[in-house]
Amino acid sequence: MSEYPLSVTDVLIIGAGLAGERAAIEAASQGLNVTILSLVPPRRSHSSAAQGGMQAALGNTAMGRGDSPDIHFADTVKGSDWGCDQDVARMFVEMAPVAVREAAHWGVPWTRVSTEKRIYDGEEIHEDPEKVGLITARNFGGTAKWRTCYTADGTGHALLYTTDSMVLKLGVTVHDRVEALSLIHDGERCYGAVARCLRTGNLRAYAARTTVIATGGYGRLYGVSTNAVINEGTGMAIALETGKVPLGNMEAVQFHPTGLVPSGILITEGARGDGGHLLDKNGYRFMPDYEPKKKELASRDVVSRRMIQHMRRGYGVDSPYGQHLWLDIRHLGAKHIETNLREIASICRKFRGIDPVHELIPVRPTQHYSMGGVRVNKYGQAYGLQNLFALGEAACWDLHGFNRLGGNSLAETIVSGKIVGEQIAEYTKDVSLDIRSTLIDRHVQDQADRIQKLRDRRDGTEDVFRLRHEMEEILREHVFVFRSAEPLAEAVRQLHALHERTSDIRLRGRGLGADPELSAALRLPGMVKLAYCIAKGALARTESRGSHFREDFPKRDDENWLKRTLAYWSSERNEPVLDYEPVVITESPPGDRGYGEATSGPASKK
Amino acid sequence: MEARNLTFRILRYNPETPDVKPYLQDFQLVEEPGMTLFIVLNKLREEQDPSLRFDFVCRASICGSCGMLINGKPNLACKTLTKTLPDVTTLMPLPVFKLLGDLSVDTGVWFRDVSLRTEAWIHTDEVFQPDVPEGKMDNELAQKIYEAERCIECGCCIGGCATANIKPNFIGAAGVNRVARFMMDPRDKRTEQEYFEVVGSEDGVFGCVGLMACDDNCPVGIPLRSQLAYVRRQMALAGWHMSRNKK
Ligand SMILES: Cc1cc2nc3c(=O)[nH]c(=O)nc-3n(C[C@H](O)[C@H](O)[C@H](O)COP(=O)(O)OP(=O)(O)OC[C@H]3O[C@@H](n4cnc5c(N)ncnc54)[C@H](O)[C@@H]3O)c2cc1C
Ligand code: SF4
Ligand code: SF4
Ligand code: FES
Repeated sequence: MSEYPLSVTDVLIIGAGLAGERAAIEAASQGLNVTILSLVPPRRSHSSAAQGGMQAALGNTAMGRGDSPDIHFADTVKGSDWGCDQDVARMFVEMAPVAVREAAHWGVPWTRVSTEKRIYDGEEIHEDPEKVGLITARNFGGTAKWRTCYTADGTGHALLYTTDSMVLKLGVTVHDRVEALSLIHDGERCYGAVARCLRTGNLRAYAARTTVIATGGYGRLYGVSTNAVINEGTGMAIALETGKVPLGNMEAVQFHPTGLVPSGILITEGARGDGGHLLDKNGYRFMPDYEPKKKELASRDVVSRRMIQHMRRGYGVDSPYGQHLWLDIRHLGAKHIETNLREIASICRKFRGIDPVHELIPVRPTQHYSMGGVRVNKYGQAYGLQNLFALGEAACWDLHGFNRLGGNSLAETIVSGKIVGEQIAEYTKDVSLDIRSTLIDRHVQDQADRIQKLRDRRDGTEDVFRLRHEMEEILREHVFVFRSAEPLAEAVRQLHALHERTSDIRLRGRGLGADPELSAALRLPGMVKLAYCIAKGALARTESRGSHFREDFPKRDDENWLKRTLAYWSSERNEPVLDYEPVVITESPPGDRGYGEATSGPASKK
Repeated sequence: MEARNLTFRILRYNPETPDVKPYLQDFQLVEEPGMTLFIVLNKLREEQDPSLRFDFVCRASICGSCGMLINGKPNLACKTLTKTLPDVTTLMPLPVFKLLGDLSVDTGVWFRDVSLRTEAWIHTDEVFQPDVPEGKMDNELAQKIYEAERCIECGCCIGGCATANIKPNFIGAAGVNRVARFMMDPRDKRTEQEYFEVVGSEDGVFGCVGLMACDDNCPVGIPLRSQLAYVRRQMALAGWHMSRNKK
């Protein structure tokens, strides 16, 4: 075995977004030695991109008066289309206000209640003078009260910088530009990870008493996504590749109707909320034909579905980047756009050189959030391997079920960071550090062999970037907003073939050091496996629930499908195996969501 | 209109082959509508040279990863539209920061070091009370703190700063701005003297020559000019001179 650097730590956290860092703080404050790995400097993690805000029932504002964890709980369960674990949702809503206040204590400049004049829906809002100076909240879809706490237009940025400042203060070790390639395990317990330095390309081993996956979502599997380009799901993939740890509800993928074309940068709902229209290639406003009542203002998943439907009928606009539709806000006038929709105007100008005062904005539904992930119990412990935890978007805790509400994800990162972080700290104290060096050697050698094989394979026929684009195309074509048996079966067939083809990749360059082509080639097989789990889970689930919409089964089917998908990938097989478990219902029996078309009722074949 | 043929003259350097001196390499590409440097560089890597190194994360001018010299001027590559560029564009990595390869530099390490040296976190003895409502703060103050907090650590101000280019320990306008952010925050209980230990030196505001390249180059529009002035003013009010620091 060749030499490699070995770091030994109590807690190894893979991922330096809000979830990973918040958990690190909890473990480090209890005196544990913590090491965090990240692909990029922590402050560049995707968490910094969240602008809207996070939900917590503080009830400080006039429009949030009377709010409570109970109401937050009801909204969350309804939003999940009864697909979440209610014991988790309960813990979450109770802790959210504490987590927000704690973040304030650490320095987050939350926007505060003020008596500045505000008009909403034609009515002036009168804040309680007693509450002035407390943390304020704004309105978000799917909530009964104004509950979304925010820092101007940079909630994620402010939260992440503050959280990271605590990580600095506590002296937690952070290794950035390091990518975890595999988990070290013996089939029963996890002992850390093998990683690759993205500065030099060298392999390293990290031995730990407990290992935590906090690697965020997998938006980039779809190619076009509102997610950062580093959100490639590799953390989920290395958990899956242990053969022991299942991924939960991978078919639950959230789409946003208005991603900017081609980049996929998010154009917020505000555009439609303020009266923006969607137009097709003929300049025709089509939404009233599909949704006469709500038009452009139907829920996110509904609008996304209608847009795709319309493009399928041949009304999409052709572009070098594929088909899209137009968002038109011109009629709102320059004054309104420059003030109320300033963010949108600036994105259009910066990234497309379009002036939305005079020009149309090219948009299309775009992957936005992954509800599925490493399946963990309510304490954040992964199924299948001891000493392994997961949290944040990488995990299926499972707070969001089949649809997450806006503002509940940032909240999940710091709330679960607090709750699960404490569990990790307690748990780790009882774990002994009995790691066999031969086990570590073997896992490092496996990765070294993979790299060497890629470099040596001169007879390979596949190009990594081309394969990757094919995977993205398959997901976008067949496992998107609308799903049905035929296309899903086609996706499964194609992904199966694609997965086999990944073992035939040939590098164009020499793949030395931190070569980016080699990095891509190392990631791709895991990404294809995730894509396969998504497609296969979606094909099996013959109902519509939350964001998972089956045209051939348009109703929710609680009788047969009030359960969570678990996807396993054992090393002896070349495809995922699905299993199921019931969701935990404690307080709220399944009912009608009151929005969207896929409400409860017996499954019916159309 | 006929699509333009664009030339990108890119600095190449591979740490694997340190004996090969950095050089400029030309790449050609046909312009497409709405094209940004994010699209350009990814296309070049996928279609022409898979070894090309550069950094993007958010590709939406939020994360600060993609600062580079675009025709000599520091800016974010992800928000740079090719239609604002001439037919031939030179791309170089930001100076000051450690070069990792081609256009990729280690801004993260640099900023972490400055954060540690300026102890950029809230200093307080108060213990968090989970059951007590949060302390009140005037919203205007919260907004002011946020204005300074918006820095995305892209390094554009540093890359264009004459002082930072010659003085390795200079914390730059971004560093001073960070200190100012904590000075404004009543939750941070440090005394003025404690702040000035850090910024009241040659590595802080006394190193700055005041030409304001930093202010011009900040893609986020942080008011660096007024932040530098604010810290200077506070120091003058407190009667701080560098000599006091030098002992
Ligand atoms: C445009 C946009 C806007 C959003 N706005 C909101 C909002 O307003 N409110 C809300 O509640 N939610 C919002 N969300 C969702 C929310 O921001 C994310 O779900 C959340 O920030 C995820 O945090 P995280 O800590 O789990 O992961 P991330 O912040 O994605 O962090 C993942 C970390 O893992 C590291 N990593 C990944 N793979 C590896 C590996 N193999 N080895 C080592 N390190 C690795 C990365 O470097 C990174 O540090 C938004 C999402 C998007 C895309
Ligand atoms: S004003 Fe000071 S900090 Fe700004 S660029 Fe000039 S020397 Fe650097
Ligand atoms: S102050 Fe501006 S230019 Fe300097 S690092 Fe921050 S965002 Fe970049
Ligand atoms: S990639 Fe994030 S700022 Fe450019």
